[in-house]
Amino acid sequence: MAGIITVDDILTKYKGRPDALIDILHEIQDVQGFLSDTSIIKVAEALDLPASKVYGVATFYSLFTVKPRGRNVIRICESAPCHVLGATAIINALEKELGIKMGETTGDGKFTLEYTSCIGVCGVAPAIMINEVVYGNLTPDKIPHILSEYR
Amino acid sequence: MEFYRSHVLVCGGTPCVLGGCKAVRDALIGEIHRQGLSREIKVVETGCLGPCDLGPVIVVYPEGTFYGPVKVEDVPLIVEEHLLKGRVVDRLIARERPAEKEIVKYEAPSYLGPQKRIVLRNCGLIDPESVEEYIGRDGYAALGRCLSQMKPGEVIDLVKRSGLVGRGGAAFPTGLKWEFTAKADADQKYILCNADEGEPGTFKDRLILEGDPHSIIEGMAIAGYAVGADKGFVYIRGEYVISIERMQKAIDQARRLGLLGENIFGSGFGFDIEIRKGAGAYVCGEETALIESIEGGRGEPRIKPPYPGTHGLWGKPTVVNNVETLANIPPIILNGPEWFRGFGTERCPGTKVFTLTGDINNKGLIEVPMGITLRQVIYEIGGGIPGGREFKMAQTGGTSGGCLPRELLDVPMDYFSLAEAGSALGSGALLIMDDSHCIVDIARCFMKFFRHESCGKCTPCREGTDRLYEIMDMVSSGRGRAQDIDLMTELAQVMQRASLCGLGQAAPVPVLTMLKYFRDEFEAHIADRTCPTGTCGL
Ligand SMILES: Cc1cc2nc3c(=O)[nH]c(=O)nc-3n(C[C@H](O)[C@H](O)[C@H](O)COP(=O)(O)O)c2cc1C
Ligand code: FES
Repeated sequence: MAGIITVDDILTKYKGRPDALIDILHEIQDVQGFLSDTSIIKVAEALDLPASKVYGVATFYSLFTVKPRGRNVIRICESAPCHVLGATAIINALEKELGIKMGETTGDGKFTLEYTSCIGVCGVAPAIMINEVVYGNLTPDKIPHILSEYR
Repeated sequence: MEFYRSHVLVCGGTPCVLGGCKAVRDALIGEIHRQGLSREIKVVETGCLGPCDLGPVIVVYPEGTFYGPVKVEDVPLIVEEHLLKGRVVDRLIARERPAEKEIVKYEAPSYLGPQKRIVLRNCGLIDPESVEEYIGRDGYAALGRCLSQMKPGEVIDLVKRSGLVGRGGAAFPTGLKWEFTAKADADQKYILCNADEGEPGTFKDRLILEGDPHSIIEGMAIAGYAVGADKGFVYIRGEYVISIERMQKAIDQARRLGLLGENIFGSGFGFDIEIRKGAGAYVCGEETALIESIEGGRGEPRIKPPYPGTHGLWGKPTVVNNVETLANIPPIILNGPEWFRGFGTERCPGTKVFTLTGDINNKGLIEVPMGITLRQVIYEIGGGIPGGREFKMAQTGGTSGGCLPRELLDVPMDYFSLAEAGSALGSGALLIMDDSHCIVDIARCFMKFFRHESCGKCTPCREGTDRLYEIMDMVSSGRGRAQDIDLMTELAQVMQRASLCGLGQAAPVPVLTMLKYFRDEFEAHIADRTCPTGTCGL
């Protein structure tokens, strides 16, 4: 089995490639779940960039987060095609089922609820994304069953 | 090549994957094997077959029988009855809702109606992970013809004569764009494929990438030859996990066959492509923001001019083209400009891929000649409005497009006619809304999107989107003031004139069209504190 990938491994792979900053941040977040201050400073040093630049990039893109999140991130599409077909009811069902509000993480650290703009599956609206898996054609009564796979 | 008696196509696009398509495919393979039919029948995973909301969908060839939605439990019956005994399983045939008309023939299912497939020529027909199947349908023949029989200038001339305009939204003539970059003098040039596709309601680029990735590689290589670039990047939004996987596989296959790399077809021309993954920012679809993002920075747009054609990626001349634009290139080269001009309108030749969403019976992907009317799209192809409700408005071009009322149903769908109607064709998104929706509530939803996605670099867009959202929110909650309508109009005009990029310039378009066509609903919220549809809870 391959060892656990560390931030240093990722930085060695992209040494001297400041243009690869976004790829690097993607990979670090895949491994650590979020971009900590320590990782951001390490990246800045390795690429010879100001830490403010790396932090600026990390906070510009909505797929990156500088705060720890739950193990499963649920992203709910709130763009117009999903809104028209009942995204609000899905949001209410998720909040009720998990006992948290949008933007919050459950006490056991298992779930975080976030908004997202259109994820390009509007043909099966309303839709949500749990980690990298997309669920569409949702109705509030399907929510408990979907969540049960992640509990 | 081996000969198979039948082919079973399983849709492997994103929505169907979530509908359990992988499980259906595995069950099919297992069942075909169990019945001893593995040598006679081949299962192929293809790109999207079109009717997204019927998934998982499978098609049995050569008959072209369309089944869907198919469950794992249905698989043994289909294999036993159809594949073994040759009897169609009537109960599982995909039905066009709500008319319950059968979709039988894939080549011309009834719902295809006036559709014409140029861009989607291979989607759903070939296995997107097989370069051989792409080649089997004339794939890479256009690149071969360019490299062996045409000079770069002749390629540009041909594309110019075809009248192709960019399908990413701005409708700039593609041949002319290539010519600017070809004429620029530089040691290095780049081709960028814009697959950021963030416009709400749009998913055509994803389905092209998932269904026919080699057509994009071929289009980019031809562009590279025409302008003198040897390097390309495909910028794909991070959410498109399957697109990224398929595109990477396709690039690897093309490299293995020498269709990318040095000295392609022994012509001396070399070209290679890399994927760059986005990280969730709508503004990165704007070409200069996209360039900033590939360079590794915050995706904030640059001031134009200079344009990317002369000063693009790392300051070098760069062509930025949309996925659908590039997918049009190989057939144009092979069939010629006159053939292409045979579709669509004089000013806008060719076809356009639209994505139908919202309150419409047949949601999903269609490709039609430019200039077909909105009414035809909604009623002939889209199957009309579900639940016996009335059409209220259609937003064309995504969230940055205008909202058209019933009186404009006969507007032709092409870039120029829609612009004249105060809207835009944009990326081809079509959001249909029935009479249960409140104008103010929808406008608020639009502005929430722009407020979130504005990158904050320029003031008119950053402050304007925020203020427009606030006003909408107040109107929707019964706190609107008499002067708000004029205030919104003025604010919108300032944003249109003074914003740095297309995001801020287009953000007020939906609001302006709604104020124009549905002013009475705003007035009801403000003056009478009532919501005519009862949505806003006033
Ligand atoms: C805010 C904004 C978002 C855009 N998003 C996209 C996009 O997702 N995909 C795209 O191809 N073009 C997008 N564009 C248009 C591009 O700037 C550019 O015009 C286009 O990629 C050029 O390709 P084409 O000539 O082939 O259409 C966007 C423009 C703006 C202002
Ligand atoms: S609007 Fe929700 S996926 Fe597109």
